[in-house]
Amino acid sequence: MRIVCPFCGERELGEFTYLGDAKPVRPAAGASEDEVFDYVYLRDNVAGETSEYWYHGGGCRSWLKVARNTLTHEISSVEPAAGAGARQPAK
Amino acid sequence: MTSSQSHRLTSGGLIDRSAPLNFRFDGKTFSGFQGDTLASALIANGVKLVGRSFKYHRPRGILTAGSEEPNALVELRTGARREPNTKATTAELYEGLEATSQNRWPSLRHDVMSVNQLFAPIFVAGFYYKTFMWPAKFWEAIYEPAIRRAAGLGRAAGVADPDHYDKAWAHCDVLIAGSGPAGLAAALAAGRSGARVILCEEDFSLGGRLLSDGGTIDGLPAAEWLLRTLAELEAMPDVRIMARTTLFGVYDGGTYGAIERVNDHLPSPPEHQVRQRLWRIVARRCVVAAGAIERPIVFVGNDTPGVMMASAMRTYVARYAATPAKRMALFTNNEDGWRTVETALSAGLQIAAVIDARPDVSPAHRSLASKGGFPVLHGSVSSVDGGKDGVRKIAVSLTGGARAEVEADGLAVSGGWNPAVGLTSYHRGRPKWLDNIAAFVPDGAPPGMVAVGAANGAFGLGACLADGFAAGGAAAHDTGNSGKAGAAPVAEDEAFSLTPLWHVAGKGKAFVDYQHDVTASDIELAQREGFESVEHLKRYTTLGMATDQGKTSNVAGLAIMAAVTGRSIPETGTTIYRPPYVPVAIGAFAGHHRDETFHATRLTPSHHWAAEQGAVFVDTGLWKRAQWYPRAGEKDWLESVTREVKAVRGGVGFCDVSTLGKIDVHGPDAGAFLDRVYINTFSNLAVGKARYGLMLREDGIVYDDGTTSRLAEDHYFLTTTTAKAGLVMQHLEFCRQVLFPELDVQLTSVSDQWAQFSIAGPKTRDLLKEIVDPAEDLSNDGFPFMGAREVRLRGGIKARLFRISFSGEMAFEISVPARFGEAMARNLMLAGAPLGVTPYGTEALGVMRVEKGHIAGPELSGTTTAADLGLGKIMSTKKDFIGRVMAGREALVAPNRQVVVGIKPVDKARRLRSGAHIIPKGQTPGPGNDQGYVTSVCFSPTLSQWIGLGLVERGRERIGEIVHAHDPLRGEDYDVELCNPVFYDPDGGRQRG
Repeated sequence: MRIVCPFCGERELGEFTYLGDAKPVRPAAGASEDEVFDYVYLRDNVAGETSEYWYHGGGCRSWLKVARNTLTHEISSVEPAAGAGARQPAK
Repeated sequence: MTSSQSHRLTSGGLIDRSAPLNFRFDGKTFSGFQGDTLASALIANGVKLVGRSFKYHRPRGILTAGSEEPNALVELRTGARREPNTKATTAELYEGLEATSQNRWPSLRHDVMSVNQLFAPIFVAGFYYKTFMWPAKFWEAIYEPAIRRAAGLGRAAGVADPDHYDKAWAHCDVLIAGSGPAGLAAALAAGRSGARVILCEEDFSLGGRLLSDGGTIDGLPAAEWLLRTLAELEAMPDVRIMARTTLFGVYDGGTYGAIERVNDHLPSPPEHQVRQRLWRIVARRCVVAAGAIERPIVFVGNDTPGVMMASAMRTYVARYAATPAKRMALFTNNEDGWRTVETALSAGLQIAAVIDARPDVSPAHRSLASKGGFPVLHGSVSSVDGGKDGVRKIAVSLTGGARAEVEADGLAVSGGWNPAVGLTSYHRGRPKWLDNIAAFVPDGAPPGMVAVGAANGAFGLGACLADGFAAGGAAAHDTGNSGKAGAAPVAEDEAFSLTPLWHVAGKGKAFVDYQHDVTASDIELAQREGFESVEHLKRYTTLGMATDQGKTSNVAGLAIMAAVTGRSIPETGTTIYRPPYVPVAIGAFAGHHRDETFHATRLTPSHHWAAEQGAVFVDTGLWKRAQWYPRAGEKDWLESVTREVKAVRGGVGFCDVSTLGKIDVHGPDAGAFLDRVYINTFSNLAVGKARYGLMLREDGIVYDDGTTSRLAEDHYFLTTTTAKAGLVMQHLEFCRQVLFPELDVQLTSVSDQWAQFSIAGPKTRDLLKEIVDPAEDLSNDGFPFMGAREVRLRGGIKARLFRISFSGEMAFEISVPARFGEAMARNLMLAGAPLGVTPYGTEALGVMRVEKGHIAGPELSGTTTAADLGLGKIMSTKKDFIGRVMAGREALVAPNRQVVVGIKPVDKARRLRSGAHIIPKGQTPGPGNDQGYVTSVCFSPTLSQWIGLGLVERGRERIGEIVHAHDPLRGEDYDVELCNPVFYDPDGGRQRG
């Protein structure tokens, strides 16, 4: 598997670390326990297009948001994950 | 002494008769030539029996001439290099080669276990499942060892592999698998277009079937065309030809696995050379020209030595000038099989008969038969009579019902050809069925890949060349190479007419999977017992699950299942194809990552100095850390560690703690950022101060701890545990980049930039005075407990000094740029000599932390909360931070949680062991009353007894209670007292002093 890092170019899987689903957004400070529970534990088991966090630890140390098809393993986009998990989008 | 190569033709073949080679098989010496495989050399010496079968110990010969071989598996080489299950058909002959047949005792010709054949009626599919169900405890002790002795393949060497293996990367535009006509044509087109090409060929000679079948290409004999083509390719700078290299797997993103047998053709690799090299090839396009595999027909006695694939028979004759039979018969259901007759006749061999299952034979072949003086029998082989000395008689059922008998010493069989669909199917592709060739062909392929020639069901030479050339040119074009490819090589297509025939029913064993001894009746039995799905069929009968992965057997097995279930073959379907295409040695996957180079080794800045001191090192992750520094006369580690602890507590000592993770946090929002990742507050930390911090995971469980110092308004320096150094950095980057992008903060890992030493003990200041510039105030007022700032050392080096203590003594940690780490250790020793300075290792460090009740790895176990560790009170309620909400969950704040508590033995002389379970006194230990366990123990030189920490239910409310320590692993039971975890200086006066 190869990921095209937006900063470093096409690199091999061994340079990256997988974290998981990039969809959940961290709830606000006053969120209820249920909301935070969902954020921490609830994940869709997607057969198809999914977005996920990968860390380019062997390169630029950027967190990336990778759109990947779990059936074909095809990667359709890679972008910096800046603010992807924040409740307010990055300015 | 060598025997005479009785079955070698006097001329012809691609062997080098000027280079004779001696080799041994089962202790007997033979000779062959350079260019032989072990199989061809055995055939040239008239050896027919080469092994015993897996289950029934039936005598077996050589079936094929390639990597699909199911029968001729040998143990190759001796001693530590002995390699079991090596295919004689791919093992290159070299001077002094030693091979031994497998799965027989006491000898290949007289094998005791062949009595298994007498019990054959009970050794049917599912036999093991049905027979050895009861009693369960007999399975491991009796059944399995007995079965393993009786059934099986070769013996592993049993000692470490003395050879080296390598791993390498390669990149290209166009990767080509196979150097037959299709692969060579693809390479020509791609290479001429200017593409970077890698051509992999598993054989040691390039050319594929051209080497055996010849033909005419561009008006030239195939051999001449081959020479010309290879010369052209070798002259292209961007074409790399890799012989002895099998493409075995296809991975995501155009990554391919290949195994190069660099030195397998030599007795042992030359000095400093590897035996095999595992390639990861990244290719933008891949042309699969892997050819096709001829398939057997299933009939009674089809495993008799001397029964061979027709294509293999002509390979041995044409390529190796070796004659598997002097008077052979051919059993075919297609036109291609007849080529073996042509090859045999032109080599001067006799043909006993051709048994053709098709209704018609071409006039050309009829006249060939009359010229060669052999009959053409319409029908099929019903059984073969023979044994370990080979084929004697062949019984034929003629179309119309009559019977005939043929006397022959060999039988060539052709049931048609199966395209090698492995590579194209490794991404869960399912091949599709083509009726006209009665075979599966690729139905699409992984992205960037295309199959051509025989691998795509186009068997004719002309089609192979045209397909290959077109695909090579297209691949080059797709990858931006626009050079002129020129004209494609041209050849005629041979006729291919086939009448499907899979199985000739009869009484007796008819083998489908030779390597796993699966017969046609096993498949019929599986169907009767309900295992009709191909995936069930495979697992119930083990069809196709041997080391050859069913290359010769799978399709025949499906066809038989289709017949008994009344379905078509495509309806029956195929199993999933998985890499590797050929077995790959584990050593090749490991490469140089073995023994001391299994992983990278990290050395602390003072490592070489510590080694000079005779330190004993311990592996801590990738690090080597000094564990203790033994001195002459000390009888064991405990004595050394005890001395080190006493020296620190009574004087001064130092320890290299550079392995801690170190992160610089810069920016106007640095404090706000730390407030969100730690449970306690850092934004209010004064410049020049340090504070202990605890981090949670988002699920509320403790993640890591360490000290963080504020060196300037917008600059913090934090430390992590050694184990989590990399992970905490990754976690903090996640928080910074993904969760809190609005904060203006930057993180820099400086773990490797600073050498850090802990200097501890009441005489610490006396030592530091000699190191630090006299202008720096180290007094309690000038540098109080938890102070942190940059200082200048004598000589002008800038250092960071932190007044923090893990040992509980008056202590500092000092950081200097890593390149000064070793000098710092030497200077501490020099300056500290009058004070009796003592270097101490991780054991003494651990003893002192247990004495102080500090938590470490065993307590930060991934199950504990801040409150469990006694740190609940530092958790802020005034801010949001990672893990805050989940840490408040009912179960994580339950009053009966297991919390950190001190443990000491009631019998003071007793040794504690970590891992012992804590049970209420007077109760019988069991899961119902298990209240926790001992996490850390040490012998405390200060208290002169063993002490420990544990996680115990409601532990802090039970101080003073006597409980029971139950250690079933070591068979120990004793009473312990729960106590305050801070055993030493509980009010902390010493570290503040």
